[in-house]
Amino acid sequence: MACRFIALLGLFVASATGVADSSSTNAPRDLFLGESFYYAEQGLYFDAISRLDAELQQYHRVDERQLDPLHIHANYAEFSVGDFELSYRMHRKAGRAIQAVLEGNVSQDIRNEAAYRLARIYYEKGEKVSALHTIDRIEGEVPAHIRHDERLLRAQIYTVNGRFTEAVDILEKLEKVDGYEGFAGYNLGVALILQGEEDKGLAQLDKAGQIKVDDDDEPALAIRDKANLTLGYRLLKNEKAGSAAQYLDRVRLEGPFSNKALLGAGWSNVARQKFDRALVPWSILFKRNSTNKAVQESLLGVPYAYANLELHGRAAVLYGSALDAFGAELGRLKDSVASIRSGNFLKVMVREEIKLDSNWLIRLRELPETPETYYLMDLMASNDFQALLKNYLDLEDMRQRLVAWQGHLDAYEDMIALRRNYYEPLLPGIDERFRVLDSKIRLRMEQRQSLDDRLQRLLVAPRPELLATADERMAQESLDSIAANYAGSDSASAVEARRRIARLRGVLAWNIHTDYDRRLTEAFEHLRELDDDVARLESIYASYVRTRQAATQSYQGYENRISLSRNNIRQASLKVDRLMNGVGHMLETMAIKELEQRQRRLEQYRVQARFAMAESYDRAVKAQQSQAHDSGGEEESSP
Amino acid sequence: MSDIRNVSFLLCLLAVVPFATAADKVSRDKIKGLDEQVQDIKTDVLAISTELLQLEETLIYPSNTQVSLFVSVVPDHDVRLDSMDVIIDGEEVMHHVYTHKELEALKSGGVQRIYTGNVRSGKHKLEIVLAGLTGGNDEYRETASYTFTKDEGPSLVEISLFGADNNINFKDR
Repeated sequence: MACRFIALLGLFVASATGVADSSSTNAPRDLFLGESFYYAEQGLYFDAISRLDAELQQYHRVDERQLDPLHIHANYAEFSVGDFELSYRMHRKAGRAIQAVLEGNVSQDIRNEAAYRLARIYYEKGEKVSALHTIDRIEGEVPAHIRHDERLLRAQIYTVNGRFTEAVDILEKLEKVDGYEGFAGYNLGVALILQGEEDKGLAQLDKAGQIKVDDDDEPALAIRDKANLTLGYRLLKNEKAGSAAQYLDRVRLEGPFSNKALLGAGWSNVARQKFDRALVPWSILFKRNSTNKAVQESLLGVPYAYANLELHGRAAVLYGSALDAFGAELGRLKDSVASIRSGNFLKVMVREEIKLDSNWLIRLRELPETPETYYLMDLMASNDFQALLKNYLDLEDMRQRLVAWQGHLDAYEDMIALRRNYYEPLLPGIDERFRVLDSKIRLRMEQRQSLDDRLQRLLVAPRPELLATADERMAQESLDSIAANYAGSDSASAVEARRRIARLRGVLAWNIHTDYDRRLTEAFEHLRELDDDVARLESIYASYVRTRQAATQSYQGYENRISLSRNNIRQASLKVDRLMNGVGHMLETMAIKELEQRQRRLEQYRVQARFAMAESYDRAVKAQQSQAHDSGGEEESSP
Repeated sequence: MSDIRNVSFLLCLLAVVPFATAADKVSRDKIKGLDEQVQDIKTDVLAISTELLQLEETLIYPSNTQVSLFVSVVPDHDVRLDSMDVIIDGEEVMHHVYTHKELEALKSGGVQRIYTGNVRSGKHKLEIVLAGLTGGNDEYRETASYTFTKDEGPSLVEISLFGADNNINFKDR
């Protein structure tokens, strides 16, 4: 899925920006979108959805969306949320998933892939009409990596909707595709039979039952076995036992269908009155695990064959063994039902190590404390059970999250209280000091502005006296003061003093005027230095304001959010608990129903075995008596 | 016994045709009803999760102190990454050991947020230490450092691994 993320981001970028080159390697990526794919790729769809949702909500809140890196991939992000929801089995018609898949602003091949996955979910959940509508939405090119799977799924959906002709048409073509011979061939045979073309269907199953398959290709081997098994049983049903045997014999001796095939092979011989030959497959089956339905049936079949071979003593003994086996199995079934009723079954289903193992269904059989799982392999492999079980596991995951979140909220509240206790006594004093500093800063800023204004004016109308140094100003003042002393005096010393004062004033004026340009430049340089300090001051000021705001925001304004979240968590927890009870109860009911069916079947077998054993004993005794009588007569007649 | 044969054939068919028989209709409707309710509660719980993520971000990692480090890898490389250490200003803040699934997710283009924390404004030294095995099963260890500047917004640093130029590249995002 994420590979598609890399490959297609380029396309999105190209379409969004009008760039012709769709190479993805240089395309800017949104880290948060990439993060959601990181979770999705690991199957953690809950985390993928909630993180991408959070990012999208933030994106929709900002004013200038073009500044958010997500804006380049916004369409794809919207689509991806829906896509992840599909993978998280949220496919409600009114939901975003459907809109994302069928109306999303994405390229057709991505939409086709999502529609394919949605159709598969509907198919697996048994919603055949929705599956049909969804698969029919696929238009144009289907991505290469799912092209044949899409054809197979389409054919299966057509089959269950009674559109056999279209299904057959697809499967006939798909059967020629390398790797699909078995699956397409088998489904084609079934579709033909359901369409009413029995002979064609059987011939097709025959063909599918002979395809060449690698020894290590277990799925292909299994579907080939299944074709032969289906064909064999179909012929048995049509009372063509002679033909059935050869197909049942094709099924491997070790495989998921071997027990049923051995059982059917036995019955095909029995139907032809070849009881000795029936014993060959049944004797193999007979020794296998007695929890298997076919094996249980063979426990009756073997003595039945011996009885028909007139070996009544052996038959009676084997019926006795069958009775013992049925009794033991009934005991285990009873324990299993009790175990399920006490909740063990559901406890096992949510065990972490089970979920980690892809082969968990098989591993369940090995758990000694859960006898019931041993009997429920067929049931647990069914779509209904799987759909319920996945829901149960999702609910358990949500339950655990909700419990953890309650704890998080408690911690948040503690954290907020600590922050409040720390900041609230401090902040008034800090605010007071800040107010004093703030007024000083404002004053200095005004002074700086005044200096700036004056210097700007000097550029237009030079006034050298304004740039006199402090010493020069003091000298001026001294000269003014001395001149004042001599004012009004016409004495020679006064005249001399005024002349000297005038000369000194001239020196000062000369210095001030000739040095004016340098002084002006220097003044601007000082202003620039001041500006640097002002900028630093403003930065510290802004940083302080932000920190001050953050201090308040670190404990204020959370009460409602936390209270609302707590309430939502509480409500959701109640719903999750209720649904877990409902789904769990249904899982248990299905499991118990399955076990009770087995119990009833075994009870019937037991009754049959009792009658048959009694009859076999009678016949064995009669045969013995007859033999004794015959041998007695011979002795009497002998000389 | 012939009934059993018929049942067996039907079972074979049902494996291909998994839709309801009339007898199953009631329980299938129940399953469907429960399934829809489960989907509804998923929507509710996801909404709570999204809200809590946002709450966590504002409460624990406010933007003026937040720094997040993201890891991405170039898909075609021959290093089997075992772990990554993240050191900020000399202090180890994260030691992450990779699972197979995580590595596959990274190779497929996913981006891992390896660390989110808080730092003061200003310059900070980030060091990354990678450990793993090379294609030839030799021990692989590499270190790189980078200085990032924290200002008023959240700091996002992408650490891209195994690029054409360097094995560890940094980029402010």
